[in-house]
Amino acid sequence: MNLYFVFSNYIFSVKSVHAPYIHTMNNIATSSRIHIMLGSLLRLACALVIVFMSVGARAQDALEINIDGHSDRLFPVIIPVFHNEGSLPNSVSEVVRADLKRSGLFELIDIGPMTLPESREPDLAAMAQRGANAVLTATVVATSGGRYEIHFRLFDTTRATSNPVLGGMIMRMSPEEYRMTGHRIADYIYEKLTGIPGYFATRIAYVLKNNQRYELHIADSDGMNTQPALRSHESIISPAWSPDGQRLAYVSFEEQKPIVYVHTLATGQRRKLASFKGSNSAPAWAPDGKRLAVVLTKDGLSQIYLINADGSGARRLMTSSGIDTEPAWSTDGQTIYFTSDRSGSPQIYRLNVAGGGVERITFEGSYNVTPRPSADGKKLAYMTRTDGGFRIAVLDLSSRQVAVLTDSSRDESPSFAPNSNMILYATVTGNKGTLATVSADGRGVKQRLSIQAADVRDPAWGPMQK
Amino acid sequence: MKKLLVPSLMVFALAACETDDQKNAAIVDDAVGAQKTNVVPVDPPGTRTSDNLPDSLKGSSVFFDYDSYVIRTDARSTVEAHARFLAQQPSRKVTIQGNADERGSREYNLALGQKRAEAVRRALRLQGANDTQIEAVSMGKEHPRCTASTESCYAQNRRGDFVYLR
Repeated sequence: MNLYFVFSNYIFSVKSVHAPYIHTMNNIATSSRIHIMLGSLLRLACALVIVFMSVGARAQDALEINIDGHSDRLFPVIIPVFHNEGSLPNSVSEVVRADLKRSGLFELIDIGPMTLPESREPDLAAMAQRGANAVLTATVVATSGGRYEIHFRLFDTTRATSNPVLGGMIMRMSPEEYRMTGHRIADYIYEKLTGIPGYFATRIAYVLKNNQRYELHIADSDGMNTQPALRSHESIISPAWSPDGQRLAYVSFEEQKPIVYVHTLATGQRRKLASFKGSNSAPAWAPDGKRLAVVLTKDGLSQIYLINADGSGARRLMTSSGIDTEPAWSTDGQTIYFTSDRSGSPQIYRLNVAGGGVERITFEGSYNVTPRPSADGKKLAYMTRTDGGFRIAVLDLSSRQVAVLTDSSRDESPSFAPNSNMILYATVTGNKGTLATVSADGRGVKQRLSIQAADVRDPAWGPMQK
Repeated sequence: MKKLLVPSLMVFALAACETDDQKNAAIVDDAVGAQKTNVVPVDPPGTRTSDNLPDSLKGSSVFFDYDSYVIRTDARSTVEAHARFLAQQPSRKVTIQGNADERGSREYNLALGQKRAEAVRRALRLQGANDTQIEAVSMGKEHPRCTASTESCYAQNRRGDFVYLR
């Protein structure tokens, strides 16, 4: 606990001292370029002390890497099989490789079964020869009580003669924690190499339909390690994570009408949040976790209300003559994006929560719904109807440029990764619902999630885990 | 902020260096912070039924045109029959469940289903049913009667269902 706290501080302070230079071009429709200055990347622990002493001279060592989505421009890394990894029942390095590959930013260079022990500096020239710009060394160490430690370090192969260590860490795990440990190592590598926090050690919620049974599931961000939270004979829709990741709000039809529940995942306790006459739906947590926006019909058609997280104090947020629904808060809590048909067709609007002013956001096309802002406030993902069907689009909120990111015909329920770089959405393959991710920067890197289940829908990406 | 953090970090980093100078020493214990979830089963309800209804009212629905929320001419007699029944039986209560076809987002379809249920509710009220007898709700696209992606199927799913409480 204590160590972890220190570690958190450490990451934070390193970011403030040595944040890598990231530049993303505004035009999301074209490939974005991420310039990474490896020279200003982070050093860990002992190395940090040295960095503080000799800080300032690093910029001249900068290696600039452009990543723009073409396979020949991906960031080449070597993530070998961990030394002594055979002592674990399940491979951690496979999880790391799969995460990095799925992000669409990295090219994994295969060196076969060769391991690179963490205790030795690898032959960086040889690794560079194989095309890698960064290489991980890692060793699995068995400790007492059937537990293990993963010792790992990340090297910059282009700086073999100066200070090639980008950082490293020891992670402790029990064998069954192999997936989350792999996700955390992948997050570490991702952040070191991009300067942006990773998102692999996060969870997603989604709804699985199996014949006439519905289950609300929680899984790792890659769709593995699934756990059911709720089983029902009636539909469950619109899961929404509380900002602390401890609770889910969702709509259940178990009483033959839509009612909003709040469900605490650790205990399985659930209670009705909104069960007014008519329909209750579309819960959206305010960033402070103390209240939610919900859609109620107790006064007629669907309208947006604010309600306290304990279900008290429902009050109407605004009044329109038509449908207002699908509210979503900006991270700063000042704006609520929503869908409304006030202009005739469903379009996306935003409300200034304090001032009450409403502004229309989408103008292209006759069907734009399900607004979901990114945590960094720069982008808005939504569902749009095109000639080819329903697809996921992203709007750059400053340049107002739109990019349609997906290309099948029934894509819906977009949800941003907490680092704002990926979008999780529901699609249909062979008449079955599946989940997929697409990079939010317009590079169009798409991956299907490896959920084996019959029919899945309504994904929601959870917050960063503390 | 930065200045405050640096000394404590250096202390930490140096402390770590005591054991092994080369070892990079931030340690994360218990990689899995995720708690286990308890699965909650929801039992089927047994409260709603169409028992002891006149046969003419059992299982009846009203259908809507695409993108439309007005009760069609061919549905008027059905609505009238329900309104008459409710007016004669003031203790009976009905839920109008509005439905939408599968195209589009679940929540927007929920709102469209509500619009259909609301149209039926108003018609019932105009024809003599009491407000307290009726609840208009939406099932969105969650209760399709037909699951193929065809227009004839969609037409069966754009409907309002009458569900009576016992």
